[in-house]
Amino acid sequence: MKRGGVVAPIIAIALSLVFLFPFIWLVTSAVKPDEFLKRWPPVWWFTPTLEHVKGLFDPDSPFKLWQFLANTLFICACTVTGNILASSMIAYGFARQKWPGRDILFYAMLGTMMVPAQTMLIPVFLMFRRLGWINTFLPLTIPAFFGNALFIFMLRQFFLTVPRDLLDAARVDGHGELAIWWRVVMPLSIPALAVVGLFSFLNSWNDFINPLIYLLDESRYTLSLGLAMFQGQTATEYGRLMAASTLMTCPIVVLFFFAQRQFIEGVKMTGIKG
Amino acid sequence: MTRGQKRELRLGLFFISPYIIGFLCFTFFPLLASFYFSFTDYDIFSPPSWVGVDNFVKLAKDHLFWISLRNTAFYTVFSVPLGMTVAFALAHLLNRQLALRPVLRTIFFLPSIVPLVAASVLWVWVFNSQYGFLNWALQPVCNLLNLLPGVRTAPPNWLQSPTWAKPAMVIMSVWGVGGTMVLYLAALQEVPKELYEVADLDGASTWHKIRHVTMPMISPVLFFTLVMGLISALQVFTQAYIMTKGGPGSATLFYCLYLFQNAFEFFRLGYASAMAWILFAIIVTITAIVFKLTGRFIYYEGEHNR
Repeated sequence: MKRGGVVAPIIAIALSLVFLFPFIWLVTSAVKPDEFLKRWPPVWWFTPTLEHVKGLFDPDSPFKLWQFLANTLFICACTVTGNILASSMIAYGFARQKWPGRDILFYAMLGTMMVPAQTMLIPVFLMFRRLGWINTFLPLTIPAFFGNALFIFMLRQFFLTVPRDLLDAARVDGHGELAIWWRVVMPLSIPALAVVGLFSFLNSWNDFINPLIYLLDESRYTLSLGLAMFQGQTATEYGRLMAASTLMTCPIVVLFFFAQRQFIEGVKMTGIKG
Repeated sequence: MTRGQKRELRLGLFFISPYIIGFLCFTFFPLLASFYFSFTDYDIFSPPSWVGVDNFVKLAKDHLFWISLRNTAFYTVFSVPLGMTVAFALAHLLNRQLALRPVLRTIFFLPSIVPLVAASVLWVWVFNSQYGFLNWALQPVCNLLNLLPGVRTAPPNWLQSPTWAKPAMVIMSVWGVGGTMVLYLAALQEVPKELYEVADLDGASTWHKIRHVTMPMISPVLFFTLVMGLISALQVFTQAYIMTKGGPGSATLFYCLYLFQNAFEFFRLGYASAMAWILFAIIVTITAIVFKLTGRFIYYEGEHNR
């Protein structure tokens, strides 16, 4: 690492302000009284109001915050559970003893990550439609129970670091492979499982296209879909829109401050988010 | 195959069985099905009817298809290199002893985890041409330019302007480069200090060190982010769906947005499947080209030992 210098820190701070300003604009607009919102030049000095935030909790508001939040959290809980269980079980299959065809299947799985989701979108939609799953949470949750190539890859890398002797000792003790996976490997892999859980949560929290395709009734909307629809209906009520965006972003930012290490680890392991 | 091997095979397949089922249901059969649909006329209400290569012929004559392809190319060609450059510059700035380093890293990283829908709604308001924050910040710049003789500039209308709507999307994408920056920063910290010391002894300039030490040393990460960046830029959808619905005119009608409209708004499932397969082919081709072109520039540690 280099010494500080003077120019670099100044440039870095200036750029950080540029990156920060959209956030400032977001939060100030969310608490700006209506009469100041549409002013040119923008008013920066005003008494903050909670009227926009309160408006979102109004039962008559088209943005049903509690409902959307409950739906989103339910979906997130299912996908986090599904991804942790299924991806770790599959990853264990790829990490333990070598078996014929293991590596070919593993690389084939990595290859499927290249296929754009759009190519599968229509047939998968038709399949769920035939099953009568449209307007339910099933299309958004059930696939998580079949594993995710990226998470399987991450967990396999981690499982490979579990000492073989430990697994062999458990085998000598007469434990079956399922018990070894569940009782030996899983407890040792909590840091990696936390990263998978976090990214699975983020994926569901941020997902837009799947809720857009599968959810029809307003009572089923997720936060992402609800916010997009709200924006479509009230394109000019910027105070409320910014309040809703702030509320949707807040939990992620708070989560970041609690789980900074997992975020950074996850980004490093997955390359690019999403 | 010995009995032990058979047992291992059975156990291995047992553990990965959820993936095999998922792969068949959500990847393999859907791929086959969409390949078949791409040769049919299918409106969801009546069964698909075989039309041969009709969809592809129609696509070749569909000017919206070409516009969407051009728009997506524009977005990819500008957002990916720009994003990589900014991410690299930020990582380079942060890769030194700075008291504020953790704070700055957090500030640069945070935008990348803002939910895309929330970010899109926010940027509509940032880009607002009447009351938006961006044009407020640009006004002084324009005023300065206007002092020059013969110059008359005003901040653009961004999302309402056919010229500026796509650049606006590119600008927004640069805000989200924090994840890439974190990757570069991690890679920069792995570069052995001795290399820079040797370069200093040779009297290398900062630029030379970046060009001939840093970039080769982190080339695998640069390559990885290039490929992933291209793949995700080609699939840009949410921003355009929320911010502009493809407008004004069809200035931000990106490929996947047009695909989505065909599938779920016009119910032309066969036509949309043909588009999906063309996208797949484009992604495979571009990835192959990038592999071929950059292969010799990538330095993998320990490669000469192999």
